[in-house]
Amino acid sequence: MDDAHSAPAGPDSGSDARWAFGTGFTDPLHGVDTALAAGTDAAALVADCLALGDDALISAQRLAQWCTRAPELEVEMALANIGLDLIGQARLLYSRAGQADGTGRTEDDYAYARGPADFRNVRLTELPNGDYAFTIARLLVLSAWRLAVSERLTDAADPVLRAIATKGVGELTYHREFAAGWAVRLGDGTDVSHARMQRGFDDVLPYLGELFEPGATVGVDAHAVRDEVVDVLHRVVRAAGLTLGTPPATEPGAAGRAGRHTEHLAPLLHELQSVARALPGAVW
Amino acid sequence: MVTDADLARALRVAGEVPDPELPVLTLAELGVLRGVEANADGTVVANLAPTYSGCPAVAEMRADVAWRLREAGFPGADVRTVLDPPWTTDWITEEGRRKLAAYGIAPPGPAPHRAGPVPLELSPRRPAVACPLCGSPDTEETARFAATACRALRRCRACLEPFEHLKEV
Repeated sequence: MDDAHSAPAGPDSGSDARWAFGTGFTDPLHGVDTALAAGTDAAALVADCLALGDDALISAQRLAQWCTRAPELEVEMALANIGLDLIGQARLLYSRAGQADGTGRTEDDYAYARGPADFRNVRLTELPNGDYAFTIARLLVLSAWRLAVSERLTDAADPVLRAIATKGVGELTYHREFAAGWAVRLGDGTDVSHARMQRGFDDVLPYLGELFEPGATVGVDAHAVRDEVVDVLHRVVRAAGLTLGTPPATEPGAAGRAGRHTEHLAPLLHELQSVARALPGAVW
Repeated sequence: MVTDADLARALRVAGEVPDPELPVLTLAELGVLRGVEANADGTVVANLAPTYSGCPAVAEMRADVAWRLREAGFPGADVRTVLDPPWTTDWITEEGRRKLAAYGIAPPGPAPHRAGPVPLELSPRRPAVACPLCGSPDTEETARFAATACRALRRCRACLEPFEHLKEV
């Protein structure tokens, strides 16, 4: 069903309050043919949607935390806009997951009514923002990974997942370009910015292996994704005058895709979900 | 019973709805309106393609189109999301591009057509963007993301004015 906002009082009815929890978002997939094709592995589709959706939501929350703290106004705008793109992807993916698992759960149910162990994001997304250089190194890794995966999902069997991925490729190309540009600028900058950018890559390194575990790459070839991402990272660190170590292997099943998270996810979710938990179902 | 004339009128009504973010453009000129159809029960449904995945204006567009159609005598009018084929800036009409430039926003060049892995360009080659104010091709990008995700901020080296550019996507 559509919601209260399908019949607004008019174009001047004031819409500022509409873009938040409980304000009656329309289903982002409203009207889309949501039937599952015969032979669809619904459980696998749900898992893929949640992995990609959770990566996007948690990344967006961390990016939003840069508001009023970014080094430049333009950077603040860019990080917020990148987060907004990711929230848009998360909304579509959660809606698709709710259709595919047959429960009819909504995007809000997935975002606001699950605990840390139910989230399937990789741990890299949930780490605190830290230094701006760490945020840039992380954004480069995550956007390169997501772009490589999305490009391969443009021929996914599920038409909705395929459409979401196709839409995302153009957006993610801009995200990756933004992060790569800053990594080069900082690495190839002053001694201080160089050292901080190097530390950013060093701090990201322990969390890289998890991204390329079989099963972490939502049904696309993990080796091909790893090769593409590692190639991108090497090109950037070379242009920036930096170095990148060898990503350590991650113990299978020990990481975010299995619901094993760092101690940083629970406080992040506490903040993200605080209004929804305090006022369940509230609408304003 | 919805006649062809009704559908043509509904398409016109829906197409004339202004973009909530760039009100100089109509939704038809933005290229997000993908036609109007009749349901078996005599209601009409407008097909709307979202711009960016996270663009908050999309929900507003959807609400505006439904409201305008109902106001125009199509009770129960609904809006359907169309994800495929996805919207790109290539869907913006010539008239839309002209209006954007007149409004001071440089219109997008051709959208990139991709097949296979997207190559990383560390010094992205972008088509020259002419200044919408003085027409000079001598402009530079100052920020990849401006007031919204869909726009970049640029500066004209000839007239020194800053301006926005609707990014190719």
